[in-house]
Parts: sequence; C-alpha cells; structure tokens
Amino acid sequence: MASIDMDNYKKAVRPNEEDFINFSCNISQLKTFRINQYNGFFFENNKNNEISITKDIIICTIQTAIEKHHSIIESKNLLNSIEQNQEGLFIYIPDNISLEIPLQILDVIKANEPISIESKSIIIVGEDSHIKLIYCDDTVNGNISSTESNINIFLENNSSLEYYKMENINNSSSIITNTNFVLANNAQLKTFWLSINGGNIKNNLNVSFEGEYSKADLNGLYLADKEQVVDNLVYVSHNKPNCSSIQNYKGILDDSARAQFKGHIRVMKYASFTEAMQNNRNILLTDKAIVNTQPFLEIYNDDVKCSHGATVGQLDESAMFYMRSRGISERSARMLLMFAFCTEILSKASIEELVDKLQDIIKRRLHGELSSCENCVLLCNTPCGTFDIDMSKIN
Amino acid sequence: MSLLEIKDLHCSIKGKEILKGVNLTVNKGEVHAIMGPNGNGKSTLAAIIAGKDIFEVTKGEVIYEGKNLLELSVEERAAEGIFLGFQYPVEIPGVSISNFMKTAINEQRKYKGLDPMPTMEFMKLMEEKKKIVELDAKLANRSVNEGFSGGEKKKNEIFQMAMLNPTLSILDETDSGLDIDALRIVASGVNALRSSENSTILITHYQRLLDYIVPDFVHVLFEGEIVKSGPKELALELEEKGYEWLR
Ligand SMILES: Nc1ncnc2c1ncn2[C@@H]1O[C@H](COP(=O)(O)OP(=O)(O)OP(=O)(O)O)[C@@H](O)[C@H]1O
Ligand SMILES: [Mg+2]
Repeated sequence: MASIDMDNYKKAVRPNEEDFINFSCNISQLKTFRINQYNGFFFENNKNNEISITKDIIICTIQTAIEKHHSIIESKNLLNSIEQNQEGLFIYIPDNISLEIPLQILDVIKANEPISIESKSIIIVGEDSHIKLIYCDDTVNGNISSTESNINIFLENNSSLEYYKMENINNSSSIITNTNFVLANNAQLKTFWLSINGGNIKNNLNVSFEGEYSKADLNGLYLADKEQVVDNLVYVSHNKPNCSSIQNYKGILDDSARAQFKGHIRVMKYASFTEAMQNNRNILLTDKAIVNTQPFLEIYNDDVKCSHGATVGQLDESAMFYMRSRGISERSARMLLMFAFCTEILSKASIEELVDKLQDIIKRRLHGELSSCENCVLLCNTPCGTFDIDMSKIN
Repeated sequence: MSLLEIKDLHCSIKGKEILKGVNLTVNKGEVHAIMGPNGNGKSTLAAIIAGKDIFEVTKGEVIYEGKNLLELSVEERAAEGIFLGFQYPVEIPGVSISNFMKTAINEQRKYKGLDPMPTMEFMKLMEEKKKIVELDAKLANRSVNEGFSGGEKKKNEIFQMAMLNPTLSILDETDSGLDIDALRIVASGVNALRSSENSTILITHYQRLLDYIVPDFVHVLFEGEIVKSGPKELALELEEKGYEWLR
C-alpha cells in the first residue's frame, strides 16, 4: 500500500449509531459479552452491547469513569494520559471475578470518505480475576480508513487474561495498535495477535513486568499478500525478578507483501531469574515478498535464560514430495503445510469454539477467498466445514 | 504386459551421473529385492519411479502399465498405484496422520472419478489397517512422523501402504532400524498385502528381511547398473562374499 497521506483523511466524529446496527459478528457456538465500538467510539446505551454481566463489572466511557469512578482512575495514575473530553472505553473487572464467557470488543469501521480514527481504551483486571477478551477490528466496506488504537491494560496480582486480537480490515485501510500491558505479581497474560488482512498493519505491543512471578505468552500470526505491510514491534520489559516471557510469531507472505518483526527483550539489573524466549518464523511464497526480522536483547543481569531464533524459508520441499507421493496434489499439500504452520500459533488458546472459527478464517485466507462478501471482508458466518479440500473452489 | 519396465535408464544430479543404464522388468504378483553397496543409486532409482524431479533423466524410459511414467506428476503416479516407502520418512508437524490419510485417499479417489470416502468407512479402514502393523492407537492422532522413533516411522510407512492399497510398492530400507519383533510385524504386514495383482520392490542391505518376505528375484545395483540378477539364494551368496566379488 502506498504511504498514507494524512491530509486527505478526515478525523472521524461520533457517528450515528443507527448506521451500524446491522453489523454483527457472531462466533458460532460461542456466547460472548459483546461491546461495540463504531469508528472508535463507544456508546454506553447501544442496544447491541451486552454489558450487564454482573453489577460489579464496570463498562463505560472514559468520561463516565472520570466522573463516577475517579478513585480507580487515580489509583492507576491514568489522569495524565487522559485528555480533556477524551473519548474511549473503560473496563474495570473488580477483584475475584472469573468469567468463563469471553468479553468481545467489536470495533466496526465504516468509512464513507477517507477517515482517520483514534480510539483509546483502559482495561483493568482486578486481583484474582480471570478474563478472556476477544478484540476484533473489522472494516465493513472497502473504503479508505486509518485507525490508531491506544490501549492500556493492567493485570493485578494473581489475575489472568487471555487476549485475542483479530485484525481484519480491507486492503485500502491501515491500523496502528499501541497496546501496553502492565503485570503485577503472579499475573498470567496470553495474547494471540492475528493479522489476517489489511493494507497496512502496525502492532506495537509492550509488556512490562512490574511484579514478580508473572508470565507473558505472546503469540502472533500474520498473513499478507499483494502489497500488504505488517509490522509487529514487541517490547518486553523485565523489571522484576522471576518472570518469564515467550514470544512466538509466525507469518506467511505472498506476492509483494512485506513484514517486519522486531522483538525487544529488556532485562533490568534487578530482574534475576528471568526467562525470556523469542521465536519468529516466516514462509515466503514468492521472491518478491520481504521479511525483516530483528531480535534485540538488552540484558543487564547475569542470572537470566534468554533465547531467540528466527527463520525465513520456503515450504519444506521434502514434506511436499512426501505428501504428493501419497497422492495429495501440490496445491493441497501446500495448503496443508501452510495451515499446519499457522494453526500451531493457536495451540495454547483455550476457547475451543473460537479456535475452530479462527482455523476456518485462516483456511479461507489461505484459499484466497477474501473480499467475497459485500458487507464484510470475511465470510465469517458461513463455516468452511471440515478440512476436505474442495478443489473446485481453488482453481 | 509387465507392470513396470525400466529400459536403459540413465540419470544425473548436478551433472553427476548416478544411474548408468538400469534395466528391470517387474510383473504383477512378483517381489523383487534390490541390494547393493551404499551410495550406488538404489534410493535414486526409487525416487525416480516415485517422481522426484531433482534427478534429471538423461536417457531411457520407464513404462508402467503401458504408460510413460516419466510424464506423470508425483501425485498422478500415486493415484495410478505407485507407493514409495521412504528410507527416511519425513516429519510433518501439525498435520495429523488421519487428516493426511483422509486427504490422500480422497484425492486419489477424485483422480479416479470417485466420491470422497464416507467418514465412517474411513474410520473403519484406519482401525483395520492400524492392526496390521500394530500401530499404536496413540500414534495415529499425532502429527505425521513427528517425534516418532525410527521403528515407528517405518511402521507408519507400511500402515500408509496398507491404507492406500498400491499396485506397485517400493520399500526403501523399510527393515533398517527395526528390532526383531518389529521386523516380523512389518514383514507380515507386507505379506498380508501381497496378491497376484500387486508387486513389491524391496530395497535392503540384509538377507534377514528376505527370510520373512521371500522374493522372486534378487538384483544387485552396483555403480548405477544392475550387474547381477538371480533367485533368492543370490542374497545369501552376497552376504557371504560381499560386493567386491562382483567386480
Ligand atoms: N540430492 C542429491 N544431491 C547430490 N547428490 C545426491 C543427491 N541424492 C543422491 N545423491 C548421490 O547419488 C548417489 C546415490 O545415492 P542413493 O541415495 O541413491 O544411494 P543408495 O544406493 O540408496 O545408498 P544407501 O544404501 O546408503 O541408502 C550418492 O553418491 C549420493 O551422494
Ligand atoms: Mg538409499
């Protein structure tokens, strides 16, 4: 995608809710508590929201939070980062709450002219609370948009968060995510960052260990073709002892797509017994596709276990021959190998219904079935079925 | 008509000639053993029959069921009934054996104009064939060959052969790395699949295998040519005298 000339973009204004009502994103077989954002704006009273989960959980605009929940905002020193009349979403999960049903934030992007969207969210997961969150960005038409989202997420002592980020926007649109996770003691974070489609995607992911015995398991998958660009800049800062982090990112690039992976691990002087791992694997399907992978280890402590690895390659030729020698066509063998490569990223995901759906989406993406729906980039609601490859759809 | 006819086959890789005029005829129902020193072209011959394209055939022809085999793609050859048991089976992380086999069977069926195999039938077939090679039920749910021991990989090759029911099987050192029990299991698997309609080429270094799977012919592939052929007793003679005797 050509570089974005921001002058031609109009800053998105709070849209008319009614324009968005028809869009829904259901994950078959999975109940979620849905929170809708339209062009980055959250509407507290939107009838598509399903936020009356329990009385204690707070889901509101940042303005409401400042008015009604000032002490929470102050306790996190958030006031400095909040501008006057700041729009945005505020989620507060009090202590001792375990939700089996995931929260789902749906960011619906609908541009009628080139627009730039800026959104902000603050999410706090209280002590001993356990939450799953699915965050989807979807463009619902092919028009140009540019989205920047800033999210601050706090995991309090003994809490856990499983965080799924789905990026699925049209080829004329760009998205920048700035996501900061702050982990207190014994907190467990798992992320699954799936950049399925988009003209230009840039993910800045920061994880900061501010307590001991916490874990961050950061998984990512990017699929890019045509002229698409995907950058993942991961920064993990080990500020306290006894924490561990894993970065496992994978990508497949076709046509002239470009990707960048920068994984920065910083281990501070007092952060003894840190374990930090990083792995980035890439498959390039053409010789025009480019990937730039850079590990960066900044270590000020001797008592650490750190490792990093990166590979850039083609599909395994010997596996291709092996599969074809059993009668599997070249095309199907490629599909099976790519699919297996991708879905490994989901092996630690616990929401089975979502994994099924994500596998379906990945399958479709690999089959090149994008842009086949008028309303949405993906045909999410029609399942792809079992993994019998229907050759008639491919050739 | 012979099942397979190889005539004066020459091939090379990166300019180095490996096969230097191989002649071999295999009829339906026969078992042929190919022996020969390391690095003399046995696996190369097997790979050319299966369709590996890194080898350049410079001369000669391979006729299979009256067709020019060298014109067919790897997967077409498989669907035509050719099966290669690999000397070094390949690990395919993330692809389960059942998914792998289901895809293989259904694509072969598609080639033949048949509908996909119903799932129930497929499951029954899996159960039945797993028994033949005593393949651990747990292995079948794992990724293809991933983390398998050497012997398990070889068993898995015979399992796949049983699933695909080929006309011509080429088993490249399927016996190496097997303990005595596993050897007997694999051999009885091969014997169970033997019929007057299909043929087997066994590549091996050990006469021992041929006690279990009795061949109709033994050939010696030496420096890129079949220099000697004979009945099963030839294997014993080779074991006694070594290959230098052939010079
Ligand atoms: N991909 C390749 N590139 C270069 N040389 C090769 C390649 N494959 C095979 N060769 C060479 O071809 C020759 C024959 O190899 P091949 O694997 O056919 O031997 P073999 O008879 O099966 O030996 P073994 O008994 O050790 O399995 C060897 O010299 C080998 O190094
Ligand atoms: Mg060999």
